[in-house]
Amino acid sequence: MWRGVHSGPGLKKGRINVKHRALLVVAGLVGAATLIVSLSVAAAGTSRPTAHAAPAKSAAIAPPKVPNAAAIKAKYHGQKITFVGDSVGGLHARDLALAKRFQKDTGIKVNVVPHPAASDASFAQLARNFSSKSSAFDVMMVDVVWPGAFAPYLVNLKPKLGKAAKAHVAGIIQNDTIGGKLVAMPWFGDYGILYYRSDLLKKYGYSAPPKTWTQLFAMAKKIQDGEKKSNDNFSGFVFQGNAYEGLTCDALEWIASAGGGHIIDNGKVTIDNKNARTILDAVRAQIGKITPKNVTTFQEDQTANGFVSGNAAFARNWPYMYSIAAGADSKVKGKFNVSVLPHGAKGGSVGTVGGWQLAVSKYSKHKDAAIEFVRYATSAGVERYNAIAYSLVPTRTAVAKDKAVVKTNPYLKPAIASVPRVTRPAKFLKGKYNAGSKVIYQGVNEILQGQSASRVLPSIKSKLQRLLR
Amino acid sequence: MSSVATPAPTPRRRRRTRLQRRQTRLAWLLLLPALAAVAFVAIYPLGKTVYQSFTDQEFLAGVSPTKWVGLHNYFGASGIWHDADFRHSIVVTIKFTLITVSFEFVLGLIIALVVNSSFRGRGAMRAVMLVPWAIPTVVAAQMWKWMLDDTFGVVSDLGKKAHILSRSNAPSWLADHPLMSVSAVDIWKTTPFVALLLLAGLQVIPTDLYEAAAVDGANKLHQFWRITLPLLVPAILVTLIFRTLDALRVFDVFYVFFGNRPDTQTMAIYDQSTIVGDGLVGYGAALSVAIFLVISLFVVIYVTVMRVGDQA
Repeated sequence: MWRGVHSGPGLKKGRINVKHRALLVVAGLVGAATLIVSLSVAAAGTSRPTAHAAPAKSAAIAPPKVPNAAAIKAKYHGQKITFVGDSVGGLHARDLALAKRFQKDTGIKVNVVPHPAASDASFAQLARNFSSKSSAFDVMMVDVVWPGAFAPYLVNLKPKLGKAAKAHVAGIIQNDTIGGKLVAMPWFGDYGILYYRSDLLKKYGYSAPPKTWTQLFAMAKKIQDGEKKSNDNFSGFVFQGNAYEGLTCDALEWIASAGGGHIIDNGKVTIDNKNARTILDAVRAQIGKITPKNVTTFQEDQTANGFVSGNAAFARNWPYMYSIAAGADSKVKGKFNVSVLPHGAKGGSVGTVGGWQLAVSKYSKHKDAAIEFVRYATSAGVERYNAIAYSLVPTRTAVAKDKAVVKTNPYLKPAIASVPRVTRPAKFLKGKYNAGSKVIYQGVNEILQGQSASRVLPSIKSKLQRLLR
Repeated sequence: MSSVATPAPTPRRRRRTRLQRRQTRLAWLLLLPALAAVAFVAIYPLGKTVYQSFTDQEFLAGVSPTKWVGLHNYFGASGIWHDADFRHSIVVTIKFTLITVSFEFVLGLIIALVVNSSFRGRGAMRAVMLVPWAIPTVVAAQMWKWMLDDTFGVVSDLGKKAHILSRSNAPSWLADHPLMSVSAVDIWKTTPFVALLLLAGLQVIPTDLYEAAAVDGANKLHQFWRITLPLLVPAILVTLIFRTLDALRVFDVFYVFFGNRPDTQTMAIYDQSTIVGDGLVGYGAALSVAIFLVISLFVVIYVTVMRVGDQA
């Protein structure tokens, strides 16, 4: 087939004069140059804005002791388990601290592996692990929308942790109970909240955070116009606009808060309606106007970078960002506050339910040791530590009311914490949730890139209907 | 000529000696390991992919057992034939291929001609030229992603400082010009590779041809069109095939830059997100087969072109 290549017209073979010395020099120089480039890349990686650093407060408070450690040590001492933990913000450091403490007290060795930062990538990782019946992972973080899909592969925790489960918020326990089996234990909760720069609101003559999206857009515009004079990179509003799971959460908040339903209601796809179209088109009109143009590539970390570095007036994010923004490295320390998200003309404020559970794999070789780790990580002591040091929403009702916890986490105040929570359509899509969420976030991302909602929503609708069948 | 020289095949077979038969057996025996290896690493996975494309296999199959669905993945109501997203991904991939391969070829040829002429520091030049190619694609892509960032990226910053870009309304490379920025990175990275292949082709052209041409009074431009280019054709074709097939399979730069962003999905990204993200193994296998067909179309085109060039 490749005849033509070798027999060029009238070529004499063997005339290539290889100069060995020259080749060596070339190879050496390439190697050296590659080394320099890769080192500078590594350096660039470490010198990025430091919103990733663990908040300084965490140094002051250490992970609590393991309750009943002696009994656990006697039974499971020396076993090894692998925990697929967090990777957002400074939470990998927290996982390592918890694992170290647990290992010290019980003699069970915990190997911590951070999962991919985008939760849909994390879902895919676990799905592959389960479908190959691998025993590589023992304990894993499970997003609030996954128990339905993963239930057949998870250990029923009810016999051992059923009693402890009663101390957690009943709604989440219900979410994690599939077919009468408690397949995951709530670890921390999540809901979308609005972060705002209280100093800038005051400077531009606003006494309170915005109640509606229209107000937010107007305030963001005014503040941005003023601040841009001294800071080119300033923008009014940042959120998660990248085509990934986070955008499904943000979009659900926009749509539900504008009276546009919950994407799928009672098993029927409802996303293609007038209220949803209006709010999505309204958000689209703000891209590049009060947001950075590349907000359509932002995930949680980029959102946090923007806000914490003092380059944004408003941000939509999860509570975890509170401790980063209030940390020692933050440029907005003491200059920001939190509130419920705004709403549209026809709806009320909502927050998308997020949150993570801990589960034990059915294929684990050390199920009992793994369950003990879950028992420790979801204990009142650790939830309190998580809340105070890392601003993670406690799932235990008693911890959520703890005075020290509420003091460091103002979003737990009833005015914000009692906002209606909306859930992503996981219970309708079940095992196809990831595919369904992809349809939603890709469609909404197209709208943010400039497509009109009336063109995109019908296609989202038909694709979701196909998945529901 | 065989029809005239050799009679019917039967007497010929009878004439095969024992030695010949033994040698044939030995040949098969020696070929066996290679055949087994090929079967294991190529035929089995390929066959399995084709087989899977006729099933509805999914990850997390605990939900429902795998069924044979025939051509449903290809021509069913929700099959590839009606998949607008896949069609869009083909368009994106081909656009990317056309842009990058043509730029890389022209730039690579210029660079190859330059470093083929002799000048001081040629060895160093050849080494420096290879640096982009030596960096792992994912690292290079992440590096460029930061450099092209419109808030803290160095490209926008320099552009603003040099007053080329407007301060208040600078373009967002990744958001406004996705295909252009991703192509630029690929061109930056792969041009050296193209230059290297073409340089190898240039080095086998005998220098006496140029001397003879110079004696006959041909100028440099004539020499390029009449000697260099025709003799470089085989190398050019190999280069173009390599680059085209590579570009059609592109995944890494796009994935680092855009993840699952819908308007910039290449065929490979769409296939990956279908299998790994959605867990649709059967449909994803059918997509793989379709991608294979699309790419083989290009191979057929190139091979035909080469045959024609060969006969001329």
